[in-house]
Amino acid sequence: MAETSTLPAGRAVKLKLDRDGIVKRGFMALIGLYLFAALALPLYAMLSKSFVTYGFDLTRYEFQVSDESGTVWGDPVSAASLNDALGKFSDADLASSSDGRLAVTDLFPDFSFKSPVKYRLRSTTADAPYLVGLDLQRTTDWQEFDSNTFRRVNLRPVTTVGLQNYVEYFSNPALFSSIENSLFISVISTVLTVGLAFGFAYALNRSCIAFKGTFRLIAMMPILVPSLLPGIALIYLFGNQGFLKGLLMGQSIYGPLGIVIGSVFFTFPHALIIISTALSIADQRQYEAAESLRASSWRTFWTVTIPGARYGLISAAFVTFTLVITDFGLPKVIGGQYNVLAIDIYKQVIGQQNFEMGAVVSVVLLIPAVFAFIIDRQVQKKQVSLLSARSVPYQPKPNRRFDMLMFLWCLIVAFFIAGIIAVCQMAALVKFWPYDLSLSLKNYAFNRMDGGGWAAYWNSLQLAAMTAVAGTAIIFTGAYMVEKVDGFRAGRALFQFFAMLPMAIPGMVLGLAYIFFFNDPANPLNFLYGTMAILVISTVTHFYTVGHLTALTALKQIDAEFEPVASSLRQPFWRLFARVTVPVCLPAILDISIYMFVNAMTTVSAVVFLYSTHTALASVAVLNMDDAGDIAPAAAMGMMIFYTNAAARILHAFASRRILGRTQAWRAR
Amino acid sequence: MMNALTADAPRADAADPYLKIDSCWKAFGEFVALRDITLDIHKGEFVCFLGPSGCGKTTLLRAIAGLDPQTRGTIRQGGRDISALPASQRDYGIVFQSYALFPNLTVERNIAFGLENTGRPKAEIGARVAELLALVGLPEQGRKYPAQLSGGQQQRIALARAIAINPGLLLLDEPLSALDAKVRVHLRHEIKELQRKLGVTTIMVTHDQEEALSMADRIVVMNHGVIEQVGTPTEIYRDPATLFVADFIGETNKIESVFDKGAVRVGQAVLATGAKGLADGGAVTMAVRPEDILPLAAGHEARPAPNHLNVTVTSMEFLGSYWRTHLTSDSLGETPLVANFSMNAVRRLGIEPGAALTVELPAERVLAFARGA
Ligand SMILES: Nc1ncnc2c1ncn2[C@@H]1O[C@H](COP(=O)(O)OP(=O)(O)O)[C@@H](O)[C@H]1O
Ligand SMILES: [Mg+2]
Repeated sequence: MAETSTLPAGRAVKLKLDRDGIVKRGFMALIGLYLFAALALPLYAMLSKSFVTYGFDLTRYEFQVSDESGTVWGDPVSAASLNDALGKFSDADLASSSDGRLAVTDLFPDFSFKSPVKYRLRSTTADAPYLVGLDLQRTTDWQEFDSNTFRRVNLRPVTTVGLQNYVEYFSNPALFSSIENSLFISVISTVLTVGLAFGFAYALNRSCIAFKGTFRLIAMMPILVPSLLPGIALIYLFGNQGFLKGLLMGQSIYGPLGIVIGSVFFTFPHALIIISTALSIADQRQYEAAESLRASSWRTFWTVTIPGARYGLISAAFVTFTLVITDFGLPKVIGGQYNVLAIDIYKQVIGQQNFEMGAVVSVVLLIPAVFAFIIDRQVQKKQVSLLSARSVPYQPKPNRRFDMLMFLWCLIVAFFIAGIIAVCQMAALVKFWPYDLSLSLKNYAFNRMDGGGWAAYWNSLQLAAMTAVAGTAIIFTGAYMVEKVDGFRAGRALFQFFAMLPMAIPGMVLGLAYIFFFNDPANPLNFLYGTMAILVISTVTHFYTVGHLTALTALKQIDAEFEPVASSLRQPFWRLFARVTVPVCLPAILDISIYMFVNAMTTVSAVVFLYSTHTALASVAVLNMDDAGDIAPAAAMGMMIFYTNAAARILHAFASRRILGRTQAWRAR
Repeated sequence: MMNALTADAPRADAADPYLKIDSCWKAFGEFVALRDITLDIHKGEFVCFLGPSGCGKTTLLRAIAGLDPQTRGTIRQGGRDISALPASQRDYGIVFQSYALFPNLTVERNIAFGLENTGRPKAEIGARVAELLALVGLPEQGRKYPAQLSGGQQQRIALARAIAINPGLLLLDEPLSALDAKVRVHLRHEIKELQRKLGVTTIMVTHDQEEALSMADRIVVMNHGVIEQVGTPTEIYRDPATLFVADFIGETNKIESVFDKGAVRVGQAVLATGAKGLADGGAVTMAVRPEDILPLAAGHEARPAPNHLNVTVTSMEFLGSYWRTHLTSDSLGETPLVANFSMNAVRRLGIEPGAALTVELPAERVLAFARGA
């Protein structure tokens, strides 16, 4: 045929934007902007802070000194040469922090504030600030002072940008050893957790044991409590006054041992969910094939089971690793003198007010977290393709010896998990461990302790409710825009990237980044600092990714042709959204909100930098009461979080069932 | 060819096409899915886009719907340039293969979806929904949910929803291909009937030639992003413009041959053909449909006549209304022929495997297409 084969010259036809298109893009821009302001900008602020160092630059100042009459002036002389002559300050002395001050009189050994001698000072460059009293001066003009004023003149440090902080960090053996420590406990905990969770998941999916439901329920309990709660239980059992202390044979629970045991506790459910999913998609027919080839069950295990679950195992390992290495609460409670990265950030920032060094440690902590995140995403993609190829689900057959073994395994793990919770409950109710073991509720009288009292609990409840509502609305709407807006490819890809990013950002890092960003007086969003709003924002952002993925999965299952149909009927998209999309996705929406709620109740790491006296939180109160030695009330507050989350979960299950029941009519085929 | 000049005035007299697609191209990155599509569709017409899967039918339909715009070219509907209008500002109803019914709304709510929010009173909407339900033959099903209906019923609801707003144009993308064969044939008639009753201009995308032949006023045959031919079902069937059309619609015997002075030469046989405009000595593909091969009574073997061939029956299959018969002919060489003979003819002429007979390939039914085009 004679038709031309290439596109004629010209511009591609672009559809005019209708109101829907504008509104959709507007929404996406709004939520994109939210993520940008709540994530990208703070991280950028933190990153740039880590390269900033403060120090006094004496070459930038010049002095003139008069004689006794105050009229005859000597030659101008730079501060640097004065210092050289005196040998007063070494280079190390001149290093400073953001609010350092250097009294100029230190450079004049004969200075007396009663003398009639006058002084002149000028900066030789525009960027050489000094203080007269409290007034910041930034001028290169000479200023004259009598000696009484001159003693109130202080030089201010100037900033330099460079790798100085990093050099310092890596040459500090104490700080550097934290990297080793962090890696050590993370690797050990990961191996233990994944091993235990694999056995547990294997029992749930591949054996015929009784009480599977109960075991599963117990295994999920750690999700409902802050990660530091097992630390408190371990202190009760094995701490200085612990009644099982003897079992440790001289080892101390304060340190890596405690951190590892506690980490296994709080990461267990996360690993279990992933591995269990991987095992549940096994194909019965592969096992039948192996059986017909008369492979031993041991060989079948290694040639069929393990390869089939490998993505799940890898993914679980990375998730566990990230959880442990980024966790702050547990090492804080039970780490003793054992320093890890997350603790270092806290110490640098809260203890030493060295924000720049805190930023450096944060960047160091980001590296393994981002690395683990990237690997996990790769593996997840492969797992998905495995899932879509699934066929006949595996049906376990009874086998007495094997089932017995599996049952024992589950029993031990369940005993460990339930035991930790039970110890906390006991600690909360016992009057005075270990001397008076009678029961009372006095540990729940939080108002008599430091840490925020009952107000902290109500704050947490408020935070959780607001995070659940606002977070779910933002996340679901954002996911809808990514999934159902057509065109605008680049914008959507960017949005998707921002939505995935929070998963890779440890809570401590996010919290510190928020300090840098929101506490900057020049930031118009500064008013948020110290409010409940910033806690909600940080929590929503911190847990954004999982919610986003849940929403995307649900939205992908909705017919892509709904939007075209609605616009052909000339109906605005929000009618479709409200009447169809949201109702159809309601189960997923409920899942997101309970996830946000529970995590807002238990989170410590991001909010520990951001709460103020009137926005103290329950999870932080646990930490602070423990810090103050009020361990029993700390356990009691931890249990309050547990009751609340358990109740929320039950409510959620109830609501989900009701909604599914009510809408069954249209779900049933 | 069409005159490129068209009156811009919205005065739409009967001769003006209702939908006018002019030089439309669509590219997905490097891949060109539509090439230079020019097509007019008149008011009230039922047009089918027919072609193999992946030829660009849906792409063209989506451009018309404003869901995924053409890269180049213009589209006018009812005298209005809609090339760059978003879907919501165009005037059409659409039905997809998946039905795309809203699962959580009852059938009534589904149909009413486009009527609500327009300031119409509730009672009027209710009456309209009832009328539409009756129109698609499901008057009792309004309170059910889509999942409680059969596939065919769901498709009718989707149709009712699409026509509820009285669109100027009805777009159907493979509306029947998710249904089983029986329902499909039944629904063909219903849709066609409905369209005739409403007089709505309709475009249906399908890859099923039977569907297109039985429903369309005109068929647009597409292949690899180009229009091969536009015509009524009989035109398309009897006078395919290209070998692709001849081959894609119905069945045809294809034989490589050489064109020579109004006839094609195959082996020793010379068959007169109605085909025109071919170069003498040019390589062509000769095409003749199985049902156009006529069996002749005994006695023709000895008297060679134009377009008569002496053949031998190699095998026969009974296909209900006719016999599919495989033939070979010495003069054609190796190339076998397939002919469809009626039961009557087979009985009357005693045609059976191994039998020799003479067949006629009428000159006006012998088609030829230049090769390598
Ligand atoms: N969004 C898209 N991106 C890239 N290629 C596409 C897209 N949509 C369709 N195509 C390609 O364009 C060609 C025509 O597709 P389509 O119009 O759907 O064919 P059909 O005739 O079966 O409806 C196919 O090769 C298809 O792969
Ligand atoms: Mg198609």
